[in-house]
Amino acid sequence: MEALYALCVGVLTTCGIFLTLRGRTFPVVMGMTMLSYAVNLFLFASGRLTINGPAILGFSVNYADPLPQALVLTAIVIGFAMTAFVVILAMRARADLGDDHVDGRAPDSSETPKNQS
Amino acid sequence: MSLFWIPLLPMIGTLVPLLSERWGRSICALCTAIAPAIALTMVLAYMPSVLAGQPIQQSIEWIPLIGLELSFHLDGLGLLFSLLILGIGLLIILYARYYLSDQDSMGRFYAYLILFMAAMLGIVLSNNLIQLWAYWELTSISSFLLIGFWSHSSNARKGARMALTVTGAGGLALLAGLLMIGNIVGSYDLHTVLNSGDLIRENPLYPVILVLVLLGAFTKSAQFPFHFWLPHAMAAPTPVSAYLHSATMVKAGIFLLARFYPILAGTEQWFLMVSLTGLATLLLGAYIALFKHDLKGLLAYSTISHLGLITLLLGMDSRLAAVAAIFHVVNHAIFKASLFMAAGIIDHESGSRDMRKLNGLWKYMPYTATLAMVAAASMAGVPLFNGFLSKEMFFTETLDQSALGSLSWMIPVLATIGAMFAVAYSIRFIHDVFFNGEPINLPRTPHEPPRYMKVPVEILVGLCLLVGIFPQFMMGDLLTSASSAVLGGAVPTYSLSIWHGFNLPFVMSLIAMGGGLLIYHNRRSLFRFQAQFPETDAKLVFDDTIKLVIEKAAHFNGWLENGSLQRYMFWMMFMVLALITVPIMNLNTTEGIRPETPLNNVMSAGAALLCICALATVIWHRKRVIALLMLSVVGLIVSISFAIFSAPDLALTQLLVEVATIILLLLALFLLPQRTPKESSPSRIMRDLSISAVIGGVVGTISYAIMTKPLVSISDFFLDNSKTGGGGTNVVNVILVDFRGFDTMGEITVLGIAALGIYKLLAQMHIAMPTSDIDGRSWARDKHPMMLEVISQGLLPLALLVSAFIFLRGHNLPGGGFIAGLITSLALIQQYVAHGVNWMKVRLKVDYQWLIGSGLFIALATGAGSWLFDRPFLTSWFDYFTLPIIGKFELASALLFDLGVYLTVIGATLLILANLGKITTGERPKQTEYE
Repeated sequence: MEALYALCVGVLTTCGIFLTLRGRTFPVVMGMTMLSYAVNLFLFASGRLTINGPAILGFSVNYADPLPQALVLTAIVIGFAMTAFVVILAMRARADLGDDHVDGRAPDSSETPKNQS
Repeated sequence: MSLFWIPLLPMIGTLVPLLSERWGRSICALCTAIAPAIALTMVLAYMPSVLAGQPIQQSIEWIPLIGLELSFHLDGLGLLFSLLILGIGLLIILYARYYLSDQDSMGRFYAYLILFMAAMLGIVLSNNLIQLWAYWELTSISSFLLIGFWSHSSNARKGARMALTVTGAGGLALLAGLLMIGNIVGSYDLHTVLNSGDLIRENPLYPVILVLVLLGAFTKSAQFPFHFWLPHAMAAPTPVSAYLHSATMVKAGIFLLARFYPILAGTEQWFLMVSLTGLATLLLGAYIALFKHDLKGLLAYSTISHLGLITLLLGMDSRLAAVAAIFHVVNHAIFKASLFMAAGIIDHESGSRDMRKLNGLWKYMPYTATLAMVAAASMAGVPLFNGFLSKEMFFTETLDQSALGSLSWMIPVLATIGAMFAVAYSIRFIHDVFFNGEPINLPRTPHEPPRYMKVPVEILVGLCLLVGIFPQFMMGDLLTSASSAVLGGAVPTYSLSIWHGFNLPFVMSLIAMGGGLLIYHNRRSLFRFQAQFPETDAKLVFDDTIKLVIEKAAHFNGWLENGSLQRYMFWMMFMVLALITVPIMNLNTTEGIRPETPLNNVMSAGAALLCICALATVIWHRKRVIALLMLSVVGLIVSISFAIFSAPDLALTQLLVEVATIILLLLALFLLPQRTPKESSPSRIMRDLSISAVIGGVVGTISYAIMTKPLVSISDFFLDNSKTGGGGTNVVNVILVDFRGFDTMGEITVLGIAALGIYKLLAQMHIAMPTSDIDGRSWARDKHPMMLEVISQGLLPLALLVSAFIFLRGHNLPGGGFIAGLITSLALIQQYVAHGVNWMKVRLKVDYQWLIGSGLFIALATGAGSWLFDRPFLTSWFDYFTLPIIGKFELASALLFDLGVYLTVIGATLLILANLGKITTGERPKQTEYE
């Protein structure tokens, strides 16, 4: 199971980073959301994978590590606030700059060959 | 009385001239002089004990952790320089009173001057390397202000800039050197450093330190090849030149060499670098000085030459030479300051500094001429004047050198040649100006200056004679004390007297004088010879160099920072990868000893779905709505995996946040383009894909490596104490509201700040509303379908009940403030979706900002409440009570804290979503042609 879990974390990271490297704001926001899934799963897994062992006293013998869970719980909520902030910043940028490119202006065709490697 | 007052008084005194300017020029000068005069008195009061061999030291701690302290000490060297700085400074204040014209702002001038004085005092009295450096830079800055005082003149501005650039760059090198010294010694305390000479000299980095410190000293003291700034600094008012460029600023470099003599000198590298630089500067300065037609230009190059002489002395491999160097510092300061003042008088009273026009002034100003002659004689090294004494010591030392091997004879010969030129330019200064025919086309008829303008010159010239005739009486103790500070102990025996017998140094002096006369006599042919060389203007060369550097830097910057965030992002990821890869290579095997959890079909199916949907999000990322749907599937599976792996709280939170996120992104998509244009080139896609795949692989590997290692966790503490200490069985919730309650408080604060930031971003947004979707279909006319309205209204009480239940049980079972808050928010959002913002506005009159504020306040008050019981912040309390019917129940202060969390989460979520919703539903434009 651990191998499969690690594979999922890897795939989510790959997709997240690829999307954050895009030039338009919306894919970047999606990429960051995806990346925060990956990060949350990664952090959660640092408490190892446990089945049928929620950290509620008296429910089982073999408790899962509660500390990473507490960390990830707040991370999820803050991640929502961050996603919201970024996406609304993107909207504001589009409203003020008239474009949804991350640089605030659409890539100029004469410049792109130089910028792209 | 404290040593601190000596540098501090002038620092405070900087304000005096600015305030006293309104009361007239003389009062202003008088008030300005008060602070330096008191400081001088204090130095004189300390003098007997310093001369008796007891340096004074006082310090207060500043930032002890990094070895910074405010520390001053007054030893022989510091005493000598302090006397020069304050003594000559006072004379300059008097002189400048008459020199400055009515148009010049006297208050500003004096303020700069006093600031400079304070900085110089700081250098010579500092007992901490970093502090010394700070004062060093302050002299660069204040001298910039002084040189550029006549800021309307382009020459003044350029000269000031050049001086600042050269000395400032040297200052940076010096800082690097001092930091290295501090690092080696382990302390920035000057006293400790001076006692660690061997440690520094034996360090392999010694040559680097030496070069860096010498760069600082040589730039400041205008040593070849950094000498070029000094002649251009002559654009300053003459009192500035007389002060900075004879006695103080340029001597700071010499002071530095002398200060670090005990730790840096005595090696082959020191000898070669310092003495050869000094020798080159001595000859170059003396030669060029002869050809300068500008009075101040001549004096500037002569200063360069004399500084070279002092540097050469400090570089010589003999302790007596260091004594001679200190002696010459004093002598040069005295005669050069008076010569600059004389040049200023001539300029002031005749309107010109050009020696081709100035002739025969003896008739007009015989008194000034006499004073200038004495000072010039001292500069030339004529017996009975002070310059002669140190020059003769210099000659004696040159004869004693053996470090150049069989070529050592060259040092005395070259020294004599330099001295010949010194005699020649001194004669020119006198003969060309005061005799040699009649003045040519002077703007004004020259006359003697006002009475008190001559006083400073008289005092200095008097000193020239007194020191020249009674050297032992005037200078003996002071020189011994200063030299012992430089040499770090015993001073070699020397005799200060006018006549040492008819010896080789005296012969050298005679040759120099004869040769000088001869050179001056044949000056016309020399001038003709010199005229053949193309004239290079250091200013132009310097400007071009600066321009080139700026151009290159701009070019480089443009290349590195081209404004493409995508590019920065790529390089950031690349660096992350590079930094992780190296340590991970050392990890031989990723597989640990922990047995793997068994796999079942549900898990495999979930993992497959997760990977497929993640990849689908990427593949369809340009069709944004579809990509968003795929993303939401990923989020759901993540939440399911939390549920499978024993984290019910996380699963609930993730599920709820997922809903909120997707609603948010769908709303945002309404105002953002619905498709992404295809603009990435195939090569860029390949590049991004490869780097993200490699990072993904690395992260996955690390995750696997962690998961397969046995767990050593601090969580046992939480598990053991959750019930007994926190009064709850849901350990995750107890951690959130109790053990790590302070973290949670920080997190809800961040949440609140983010929501308020979003509120502000939305408040002033003007964005065009699309009239249709991307395929041209108009929006649905039925904005609020009845079925949704009816069902959601019915669901609301139920949802609120669930959220209350989840909230109350949170301490013992999955749930708590975060989850309950999200449930409440989503129930309300559903009403917004079903009925629209305006419908809700009438019915729900809650200010969400107020909700955030009160939530934070409750959390904070709960935390602070424990102070009332003399417990640390956020100490929790709980107890069990029994009521009829209900039975036994628990009350805990953590519940109150969780209420704060609950309210903040509701406030933040609704503030974000409701405000965004308001924008998208406000005045939606109608597309009439489709209706």
